[in-house]
Amino acid sequence: MIGEFMPTFFEKKQLVTPGELLAEGDYLPGENTYVEAGKIFASRIGLVDSDNKKVNVVALRAFYVPKMGDIIIGTVTEVGFNGWTVNIKAPYTAMLRASDVLARPFKPQNDELSQVLTAGDLIVAKIASFDRAHDPQLTVGEPGLGKITRGQILHVTPTKIPRIIGRKGSMISMIKQETNCQIILGLNGVILVTGKALEDEELAIFVIRKIEEESHTSGLTDRITQLLKEKKQVKVEEKVE
Amino acid sequence: MSSLVTKVRLKQIEQLIEKGKRLDDRGLLDTREIKIEQGVIEKAEGSARVFLGKTQVLVGVKVETGEPFPDTPNEGVLTVNAELVPVASPNFEPGPPDENSIELARVVDRGIRESKCIDNEKLCIEPGKKVFVVFVDVYVLNHDGNLIDAAALAAMAALMNTKMPNFEIKDGELKIKQGYTPLPVKGHPITVTTGKISGHLISDPTAEEEQVMDSRITFATKEDGKICAIQKGGSGYFSPQQILEASKIALDKAVELRKKLDW
Amino acid sequence: MNEKQEKLIDKKGIRLDGRKADELRPVKLQVGVLGNADGSAYIEHGKNKILAAAFGPREVHPKHLMQADRMVLKVRYHMAPFSVQERKSPAPSRREVELSKVIKESLEPALFLELYPRTGVDVFIEVLQADGGTRCAAITAAALAIADAGVPMRDLVVGCAAGKVDDTVVLDLYDAEDKLGAADVPVAYMPSLNAITLLQMDGILDPEEFEKAVNMAMEGCKKIYDMQKEALKTKYMVVKEVEE
Repeated sequence: MIGEFMPTFFEKKQLVTPGELLAEGDYLPGENTYVEAGKIFASRIGLVDSDNKKVNVVALRAFYVPKMGDIIIGTVTEVGFNGWTVNIKAPYTAMLRASDVLARPFKPQNDELSQVLTAGDLIVAKIASFDRAHDPQLTVGEPGLGKITRGQILHVTPTKIPRIIGRKGSMISMIKQETNCQIILGLNGVILVTGKALEDEELAIFVIRKIEEESHTSGLTDRITQLLKEKKQVKVEEKVE
Repeated sequence: MSSLVTKVRLKQIEQLIEKGKRLDDRGLLDTREIKIEQGVIEKAEGSARVFLGKTQVLVGVKVETGEPFPDTPNEGVLTVNAELVPVASPNFEPGPPDENSIELARVVDRGIRESKCIDNEKLCIEPGKKVFVVFVDVYVLNHDGNLIDAAALAAMAALMNTKMPNFEIKDGELKIKQGYTPLPVKGHPITVTTGKISGHLISDPTAEEEQVMDSRITFATKEDGKICAIQKGGSGYFSPQQILEASKIALDKAVELRKKLDW
Repeated sequence: MNEKQEKLIDKKGIRLDGRKADELRPVKLQVGVLGNADGSAYIEHGKNKILAAAFGPREVHPKHLMQADRMVLKVRYHMAPFSVQERKSPAPSRREVELSKVIKESLEPALFLELYPRTGVDVFIEVLQADGGTRCAAITAAALAIADAGVPMRDLVVGCAAGKVDDTVVLDLYDAEDKLGAADVPVAYMPSLNAITLLQMDGILDPEEFEKAVNMAMEGCKKIYDMQKEALKTKYMVVKEVEE
C-alpha cells in the first residue's frame, strides 16, 4: 500500500528479532536498528515502534555502554597503586583515581587507599571520561556521589531505566514522594533505595520491579499511581488499628 | 595483526580494487607466477617446493610402516600436518600448531583424500597388520598470501615424487628390499582460492591483500571437473551468486594450471 | 570397500531414517537455559543435542588477544566424551580446533565488531550428543545465545547441511549418511542479508549437484531460521504478555 509514507513492516509494539526487516525507504534508523541497502533492520530483540520517521526498537535485552556524564552505581573490585578498579556492569572496567577521591595530591607512601575504599564497597559515581581507546574513568567529586553506606540495591535491565524515570522525571518523583525514599538510579541498571523504614524501601522496590516488568504496556503510570495510593491507604489503616 | 599494514596502505589496496587493479599490476583474477621443484630433500621419500609469487612452501613426504586403523584394515594411512614456521612471517610464533596451521593441513588433506587420487588399498602390506603410513608435512617458508593453494600444490607435487620402499614378507616378518616403487597417484586435484575485497572477487591474494580481504573460498577440483573439497574462511560472507562464480573461477584455473604443468 | 553396501535411499526416495530427500530432521530450540551465562540456547536437531553459552561483551583475557579497534569473538566447539559411539578423549582434537575456527567465522559477519573495541564475546559450544551435522546445529544455537546476551546482530545465523547419498542430493545428513554418503556440504546463512557465512564440503560433487546442494541447504536454513525466531520470541514473549 503506497500512501503518504513508504511502507513499514510492523505493527506498533511488535516483538522483533535481530535481522527482522522493519522499514524500507524514507525512514531513519533509531535505537537498536541498522541500515543495509536502503532497508532498516532490527539489531536486537525488542519492541519496535516509530516516532515520526524514526524507527526504534526498545531492546528487551541489552547491556550498558558507558557515556560521559552518566551517573552509575558500581562495586569496587580491586585496590590498586593509585586508585580503585570498579565493576560498573559494562563491557569495560572502570577506574577511580585516588586523586579524585582524596581531592588533594596523592602521596602513595602516606595514603592507605584500602582505608578509603576497599573491595566490595559500593559507590555512586559519574563517568568522567570514556572513549574508544580508554576505559571509563569515574569521579565522585560532586555532591551526592561517593561510598554507599546504607540502603538496598536492586538490578534492572539498563534499558528500563528511562521508564522508571518517567517523562520529565514524573514517575521517579512520584515514587520518591509516596514512599518517602531516596532513590538513586544508576544508568547502568543498578538502583539504590534508601528509606527511613524497611517497609518504605520494600514498597519502592516492589513498585520499581513492577515498572520493569510492565514497562512496555500502556496505562502504566495510572496503575502505579493507583498502586501507591492503595498501599499508602493500607499503611494508614494498619496504623489506626 | 592488521597493525602490520597501515590504514593508508589498506585504503590504497581497496581503491585500486574498485578500479580493477592490484598493487602488483595484476588483474583481479590473475594468479602470480608459479614455480615447482620436486625432489629437493633427498632424505625424504618425496618432496617438492612451490613458489607462488613470493609465497614459498616446502612439503616433505616420509613413508613409514605402521598399523592400519581398525575400521579400514586394508588401507594405508595418509596424514597431513602443517607448520607455519616463524621464519615465514613476523606473525608466526613458535609453538604447537594453532588454528591456522590446523585448518591449512586439514584443507590440503581434504583435497587429496576426497579426490581419492591415492589408492589407499595399494598402501596395504599385510591386511589388518601392516600398512604404509604416508606423512605429508607442509612447511611454510615464506608467507606472502594464499598459503592454501601453494601448500596443496606442493603436497600434490611431493606425492607425485614419492617413492615407497620395496618389501617382502619372509618367515612372517616384514623385510625391506632394495629399490623403490613410485607411490601410485592417479589424478591431480588442484586447489584454487578466491578472496573477496570490497565486494570484488580476486584470485591468489598476497599477504597484504589478505589483511583487507573479508573472506576467502577455496575449491579443490579433479580432472573430470568434479569438486572434491570446499572451505570458506574469513570473517565476511559470500552471496550465493558469488559462491557459484568462485566455483567456476576455480574450475577454469585448475584446468589452466594442469595444462601448464602437464599433470 | 567392495562389499555390497546397503542402499542409503530406496527406489521410492525414502532414506534409511524414513525421510524424503528434502526433509529436515526434527528441530527443537530453547533460549535462556543457563542462569550464569549472559546468553544461552539449547538445540536438539535430529539426535544432536548441543548447548551454547555466550559471555560478554567483556574484557579480553589474555590481554594480548585484545584488539584496539574492535570486539574479538572467541568460539570453543567441544564434544563431550560420551557424545559419540566410541568415547572421545576430552582433549581438543584437530577437528574441534578447525570447527571452532569455522564456526567463529560463520558468526563474525553477524556482529558489529567495530562498535565495542577492546572487548570480547566468548561463545562455548558443548556437543552433548552427536549424530551428523553438529557444526550446523551448533551455529544455530550459538547465534541464539549471542542474541540472548543482548549483543546487537545484523541477523541470526542459521546452519543446515545438504549432501549426496547414493545418487541423490539430499537435505540434512545424519551420521550414517555423512559417513557412507558421497558428499556433505555444511552451510551457515543469514537469510535477511542472503549471506553465506560458512561453506565447506568433503566428498565429490559435480558443479550442478553442488549448486543443487547449496540451494537445498539454504532452504533448510530458512525453515530453521523461522524456528530460531520463534524460540527467541518465546523467551521474551512472557515479558511482553503482561497487558492490561
